[in-house]
Amino acid sequence: MEVETERQGDTLIAKTDGRVDGANAREFQTALESSIDSNDVAVLLDMEKLSYISSAGLRVILLMAKVLQGRNAKFAICSLSASIREVFEISGFDKIISIHPSQAEALAAFKN
Amino acid sequence: MTSTEEETYKILVVDDEPDLEPLMLQRMRRHIRAGRYQFVFAQNGIEALQKLNEDDTIDMVLSDINMPQMDGLTLLDQIPKVDPNIRSVIISAYGDMKNIRTAMNRGAFDFVTKPVDFEDLEVTIDRTLRHMAEWRDALQSRDKLVALQNELDVATGMQQSILPTKFPQNPAYEVFGKMQPARNVGGDFFDVIMLSNGQVGLAVADVSDKGVPAALFMMSSRTLLKGAAIGHGRPDEVLQEVNDLLLEDNEGGMFVTVLYAVYNPATRELTYSSGGHNSPLLVHADGTSTLLPLTDGVALGIVSGIPYGQNSVTLSPGDTVVLYTDGVTEAMNADEEEFGLDPLMERFKGIPPIDPEETTAAVFDAVNAFAGETPQSDDITCLVLHCREGSS
Repeated sequence: MEVETERQGDTLIAKTDGRVDGANAREFQTALESSIDSNDVAVLLDMEKLSYISSAGLRVILLMAKVLQGRNAKFAICSLSASIREVFEISGFDKIISIHPSQAEALAAFKN
Repeated sequence: MTSTEEETYKILVVDDEPDLEPLMLQRMRRHIRAGRYQFVFAQNGIEALQKLNEDDTIDMVLSDINMPQMDGLTLLDQIPKVDPNIRSVIISAYGDMKNIRTAMNRGAFDFVTKPVDFEDLEVTIDRTLRHMAEWRDALQSRDKLVALQNELDVATGMQQSILPTKFPQNPAYEVFGKMQPARNVGGDFFDVIMLSNGQVGLAVADVSDKGVPAALFMMSSRTLLKGAAIGHGRPDEVLQEVNDLLLEDNEGGMFVTVLYAVYNPATRELTYSSGGHNSPLLVHADGTSTLLPLTDGVALGIVSGIPYGQNSVTLSPGDTVVLYTDGVTEAMNADEEEFGLDPLMERFKGIPPIDPEETTAAVFDAVNAFAGETPQSDDITCLVLHCREGSS
C-alpha cells in the first residue's frame, strides 16, 4: 500500500494502491494524516488502484471523514472498482460518504 | 485457560428470596463438590457489602435488583469501591430493559432473567469467570509493561471468552457456530440468544479494529445486543437500539457490522436485519442456495438516526441458513483471489447440509483449503441454523 498525493488549488487528491487491511491500517492512517494540510478545504481519495480494503481500512476513512467534517472541509472518494464498491455498499458506507465514478466528477461536485 | 479449572472461585449470591440459597446449592452441587465454585449468600445490598469487606477472596457477585435496605443497582455502584476487579451479574425481570441498561452502565458484566434458567446461569457464570481470569492476566501483563503482541493475546482471550460454547437443543432446529481467530487482527464474535415464545436470536458481528480497546468495544456490543434482543422482537429495532447505545460513548471511531436474525420455529419464519453486514446464505434441502437480499443499514456505532431495514423468509423443513463474516468471503489464496461464496454453493450442491456442526466444519475446511499457505488475515466466523425435517 502506498499513498501518493497531489494538490489542485486547495484540494488534496490522495491515491492509494494495493491492499489496506488490519496489518497496515495504522500506516494508511498516518500516511493520510501527514499529507492533509490544515488549509485543505477538500480532500479526495482516489481508489482506482486499490485492490482490497478491510473494515480496519474503512475505519480510517471514517475517522478522516469525521475530522474533515469537524472543520467543515469536504471529503469524497472516487474511482472504486466493483469489488471495493461492494464493500462500501454492504457496510452501508455508501450512505454516509460521497462516492463518485471519476476524479473529474468528484472535483466538479466539490465546486458546488 | 487452565486456571479456571484449577482455582476455586467464590461467588456471592445476593437475593432477599430465601428459596434461592438451597436451590443454588442443589443445582450447583457438582461444581461445588468438584471444588470449582464456592457460594456465600447475602439477603440485601448492605449485607453483601459487609461480606465483601470481610472476605477479600470473593471473585464474583450475582445479585437480584429489587431488595430491601439496599437494592442491586446501588450495590453495583459500591462494589468497585471495595474491589474494582470483582465482576457482577444481575438477575432481572424478563425484558426489564430499563434496569438492565442501568446495571450495564454501572458496570455489570452480564445479566440473567427470571425465572432463573440454571443451565443458562451456569454458562453465564462460567463465561464471567473466564473473562475475569483474562482480565487478571491483562492486568498482570500491563503491570509488566509487555509488548503489543501480548496485548493482542489478551484481546484474543477476551474475544474467545464471550463466545457461546453450548447450543440450544430443540426438536425443531439445530444451531452451531465457530470463530477461527486470525493471528493479529480481527474482532469477530457470534451469539445465540434464547428469546420468549421459543424463538431464538442469532448474531454474527465484526468489529473494525484490533487490540484491547476493540476487544472492550466488542464486549459492550455483545452485551448491548443481548439486552436489546431480549427487549425487542424486531431485528431492525434491535440494531437501531444497539447503534444508539454504542454512539453514546464511542470516541475511538470504532464500529461493528452485525447480522441479527430471529428464528421462530413455530412458523419457521426467519427475520433478519443487517447493520452493514454480509447477507445470509440460504441452502435448501436439495442443495441449491440463495443469497438472501441485503437489507438497508449502516455498520453500528457510526451515525445516529439512520433506520435499519429487515426482511423475512419462511424456511422449509431441511433448509439451512449460513451466517458468516467477511473472513469467509474475503479469504485469499496465493494468487490474491477471494474465496467469495461460489465454492460453498458448489459444495452444498453435491452434499446438502444437514448437521450444523458438520456444515460449519465444511465451511472452515473449504476456506482453509482455498487459502492454502496464505496466512489468514481476518477472523473467520460461521453460524449455522438448520430447520429439521419433520418440524411442523
